[in-house]
Amino acid sequence: MADKLHFSLVSPARELFSGAVDHVIAPGTEGEFGVLAHHAPFMTTLKNGVVRVLEGDAVRMRIYVRGGFADVTPAGLTILAEEARNLTDVKAEDVDAELEATRLKLLALDKGDPKQFALQEQMAYLEGVRAALAN
Amino acid sequence: MPSLKDLKNRIASVKSTQKITKAMQLVAAAKLKRAQDAATAARPYAERLAAVLANLASSAGGNGPKLLAGSGKSDVHLVVVMTAERGLAGGFNAYVVKLARQKIQSLLNEGKTVKVLTIGKKGREQLSRDYSKLFTSHVNLSDIKGNDFSESAIAIGLMLTKSYEAGDFDVATLIYSQFKNVLSQVPTAQQLIPAKAPEGAPSIDLGGAIYTYEPNEEALLEALLPRYINTQILSALLESSAGEQASRMTAMDNATRNAKDLIKALNLKYNRARQAQITKELIEIISGAEAL
Repeated sequence: MADKLHFSLVSPARELFSGAVDHVIAPGTEGEFGVLAHHAPFMTTLKNGVVRVLEGDAVRMRIYVRGGFADVTPAGLTILAEEARNLTDVKAEDVDAELEATRLKLLALDKGDPKQFALQEQMAYLEGVRAALAN
Repeated sequence: MPSLKDLKNRIASVKSTQKITKAMQLVAAAKLKRAQDAATAARPYAERLAAVLANLASSAGGNGPKLLAGSGKSDVHLVVVMTAERGLAGGFNAYVVKLARQKIQSLLNEGKTVKVLTIGKKGREQLSRDYSKLFTSHVNLSDIKGNDFSESAIAIGLMLTKSYEAGDFDVATLIYSQFKNVLSQVPTAQQLIPAKAPEGAPSIDLGGAIYTYEPNEEALLEALLPRYINTQILSALLESSAGEQASRMTAMDNATRNAKDLIKALNLKYNRARQAQITKELIEIISGAEAL
């Protein structure tokens, strides 16, 4: 049995996952990358996309993240995501409802409102979650 | 000597006040629990982000982006004062405002230009007496439900970084109430911009290996710093909200106890007055009977 990689995924709201896994594949801005145990120290930014946690060859968990950072140290891999959702826990209907609510909020705002930017990002993220759920 | 009727009315009024303060205390206790949970849940992210920043900043040295290295001046200071939207929370808002006053005054004495950004209504009200000319902008928190501060934190962070890039100020300091525990909230001044990597963060042992940065250190720092500032604002908002509820809970607990003491004293007075009246009536009857 190969060594395990300590992986933790935190978002501002909470710590989603922390534990030992075999293999993590994350969406870096410069391309998708995989991290196994004893990876060289490495830091990169992330784009919106799916983080896959693999146990052997089987995908154990799929988490959709919004931007953030991945930091690989000898101690393990830490992903700091702006927002993250475990795809097995979210339902398509809920995401649709949230998308609609965000769209309405965005429409209700005045032009140049500082919240506009945050809401637009949220829209893009939710659309990504929706697309990831579809396949 | 107030009449029996007056005393009765007063007791009734104090009793209803006591009911209100008791209810407010219970509501604050329930909200405190939720606010505390939210603040605790946000902590791992803030800690990790700080560690990542400390690590990056140390390898970038002094020539990082403007948000880290500063604008090279410290002429214009922005003081961000974070208070609650509501009062009736003991000295919670007053303590934060007191620290803000000291900070503003000492900056003014040093001959700096000071701008004030207020978050939360109470701080603005209290500071407007002396420093309303320094106000630049205000953030309203009243329409936030529960502890969902993330949108506001991002909006505030964006506003700050944008006006910093535009050269509106050189240094931004956040004054907020740090939540130590239920009984103590400490007003704290924290420098937001230029970002300060946390001191005493444990350096990571790389075992002789060299860090790889993708795309590169500068790009990473540029992406990380705004987020770091947002996170600091978010944790401050969460701690401030937890502190507000804790402070309100304690204040209302005291008020309820005061009301209880007051009711006790008034009841004693009422009974004495009643007894005095009965005695008086008896004397009147007896002396009337004797006169016959």
